[in-house]
Amino acid sequence: MNFDFSDDQKQLRDQARKFLTEKCSPKAVRAVLDGKAPYDKELWKGLAEMGFLGVAIPEDFGGAGAGHLELCVIAEEMGRANAPVPFSSTVYLAAEALLIAGNEAQKKKWLPAIASGEAIGTLALFEDKGNPSPKTIKLTAANGVLNGVKKPVADGAIADFALVAARTGSSGRDGDISLFIVDLKDGGVEVKSLTNLDPTRGQAEITFRDCKAELLGAAGEGWSILTQVLDRAAVLCAFEQVGGSDRALEMGRDYALDRIAFGRQIGSFQAVKHMLADMYVSATLARSNSYYGAWALSTNAAELPEAAAAARISATQAFQHCAKNNIQVHGGMGFTWEFDCHMYYRRANAMALGLGSLSYWEDQLIDRMRKKNAA
Amino acid sequence: MNFDDTPQEAEFRATARAWIAASAPKQYEEELRKSSLGRTQLKNANILEVAKAWQKKKADAGWACLHWPKEYGGRGSSPIERVIWQQEEGPFGQLSRMFIIGHGMCGPTMMAFAREEHKRAYLPPLASGEKVWCQLFSEPAGGSDVAGLRTRAEKDGDDWVINGQKIWTSGAHYSDYGILLTRTDPTVPKHKGLTMFFLDMKSPGVEVRPIKQASGASDFNEVYFTNVRIPDHQRLGEVGDGWNVSLTTLMNERSAIGAAVSTGFPELFEYCSSLMLDDGPAIEDRAVRSKLANWAVKASGLKYTSMRAISALSKGERPGPENSIGKLVAGSMIQDVATYALDLQGAAGVISGPEDSELAGRFQAMLLRAPGTRVEGGTDEIMRNIIAERVLGLPGDIRVDKDVPFNKIPTKGRG
Repeated sequence: MNFDFSDDQKQLRDQARKFLTEKCSPKAVRAVLDGKAPYDKELWKGLAEMGFLGVAIPEDFGGAGAGHLELCVIAEEMGRANAPVPFSSTVYLAAEALLIAGNEAQKKKWLPAIASGEAIGTLALFEDKGNPSPKTIKLTAANGVLNGVKKPVADGAIADFALVAARTGSSGRDGDISLFIVDLKDGGVEVKSLTNLDPTRGQAEITFRDCKAELLGAAGEGWSILTQVLDRAAVLCAFEQVGGSDRALEMGRDYALDRIAFGRQIGSFQAVKHMLADMYVSATLARSNSYYGAWALSTNAAELPEAAAAARISATQAFQHCAKNNIQVHGGMGFTWEFDCHMYYRRANAMALGLGSLSYWEDQLIDRMRKKNAA
Repeated sequence: MNFDDTPQEAEFRATARAWIAASAPKQYEEELRKSSLGRTQLKNANILEVAKAWQKKKADAGWACLHWPKEYGGRGSSPIERVIWQQEEGPFGQLSRMFIIGHGMCGPTMMAFAREEHKRAYLPPLASGEKVWCQLFSEPAGGSDVAGLRTRAEKDGDDWVINGQKIWTSGAHYSDYGILLTRTDPTVPKHKGLTMFFLDMKSPGVEVRPIKQASGASDFNEVYFTNVRIPDHQRLGEVGDGWNVSLTTLMNERSAIGAAVSTGFPELFEYCSSLMLDDGPAIEDRAVRSKLANWAVKASGLKYTSMRAISALSKGERPGPENSIGKLVAGSMIQDVATYALDLQGAAGVISGPEDSELAGRFQAMLLRAPGTRVEGGTDEIMRNIIAERVLGLPGDIRVDKDVPFNKIPTKGRG
């Protein structure tokens, strides 16, 4: 049994960590946090040059042709560094959707542009409150044009293209939904930035008015494609969350070792030690569930839907837990803008919602476990 | 990343599987599979006898204590082979419970510290289950703080004379031998005045009294020592070095990788899958599903944490510290799971008799046994200290009794 990453993959992780330590310091993250730029363009360029944007894109389409395990280790480092770039929208959602359902021309057009850092992509799924469900999709597609509003759309204000879930039927079934690809530079869209929990990752509202769009995958297959995309993204995001959890835990641990109160290191008080031990427990459970998700993703196993939901829930909980208790360990200083703790708190809570919230994934997990047991 | 055996592992697994299929007491398989925390009994047989018979059969065929050297009754197997054996033994592994302390703690301590002739005499019958061992560390005055123990050992010629009391001794009532941690010098700080021995539990002056637990069952005992004589050649380690010897014992307890920890989740999921509530199946209720999902990811998280440790073993590496979370997570989880299973039963959940309750009182028994899991083998709080100190590198507690002679340490909290 080798339920672990290979030496090469671990080397890639080290390489990514080294790169991000240099190019994505907390100071760089803060530049975006403080609104100086919508995302870190230099970092994005660097990620392209390192081959990280296209690590799981086949060589025929300009990528490195490695695989999803390689992408998982990079995702972990992106989360650890709190990278202020549209990596998850472009790489986990847009590129994966193209890989799953794109035709040759669509893949040729967009995948090399993703790998080279020239195109930012995103998924426009949500229309307001609520979790992923065909019922919530009101934006219509008819005669090759879209009409409706999507919000929130992650990285919508900086995206070059979007995959848009649209209603093409009214039978009340999943087959009512089709997926479209829209070049956002071609007009017919109005984009408005929205203030959100995590300013290091933008959110937008996109209004489509007779906007030209091209089918991605077959008509009526949209929901089935989306489900697969969300499962893959759930695993990849889980690795970001695992990376973030570890970093938040380390920050708390380091502060507990350095800070003296009542004449001793605060890390010598059991109240603080036990809080940190519980953070370690959450982070470890999340990592192990995510490894299982990585295995299922990389082998395209029948277990992927269940494994993805478990990784999603576990990693979401761990990152939220570690990020909030990191602030608690820091005390008053943790609640200042100056300290970095809130950047992880913001990211953890934004990520907890992005692909559908915990309650949605809890429901999914039980459905999928039942299906497996019935099979 | 894969779950595949290496060719050698696959061959070992096939051999083990074939032998188990041909040899295991299959008539008890179903009952053992359905046993859960607080309820491991056989209807028509004495489980201790069945367990001893299975252990002896394994030993005769070379399948007992796989990781021990052959000359001491083991098989000389690698750590990963031991894990594969546990996987293949499946529900029959329940029968090893009564040997866990002897095989997991007493044996390794004997191997590290006993004289060669003692190892050759005592270890093979321990491996084969013909002799059962217990571990006599905890005392009324020393539970989590085991080094605070007060049982005295005083030298008298070639013997040591033991007086005192031990408590929480699992299986003392059916044990033949025990390893015993004593205080040989109360005038030095507490960790420095301890000495370890092994002894015959049938020695004159040893008295075992079962403790009736909060659950009503009796798995543990008090053991009283009144002028019990132990020959000096049964000393394990140097005089005054008992603390270090005991660390060997405890480290072995914690390195039992791959042993399945009981969370109660599979039982609860199965129960909810068939349970009908007023307004439909429990498994379709949103609140139930949310609870189940949260426990599901803890159970799977533990399972795959264990897989990661096994992978390290398979590569010949030392597993990391991840496995220290198992008992901490599973202990309170099984308590919560049992509480929730009864909540779903409403007022009827109060009925615990096997005849009249849901699933023969399975969750009721689990609930009553669960508090013990959060205390035995290191309380939740001690486990958190271990994670904080040994994994995260946080400072140890400030010990006010560290440099104080043992006999000057206060013994009463108030008045």
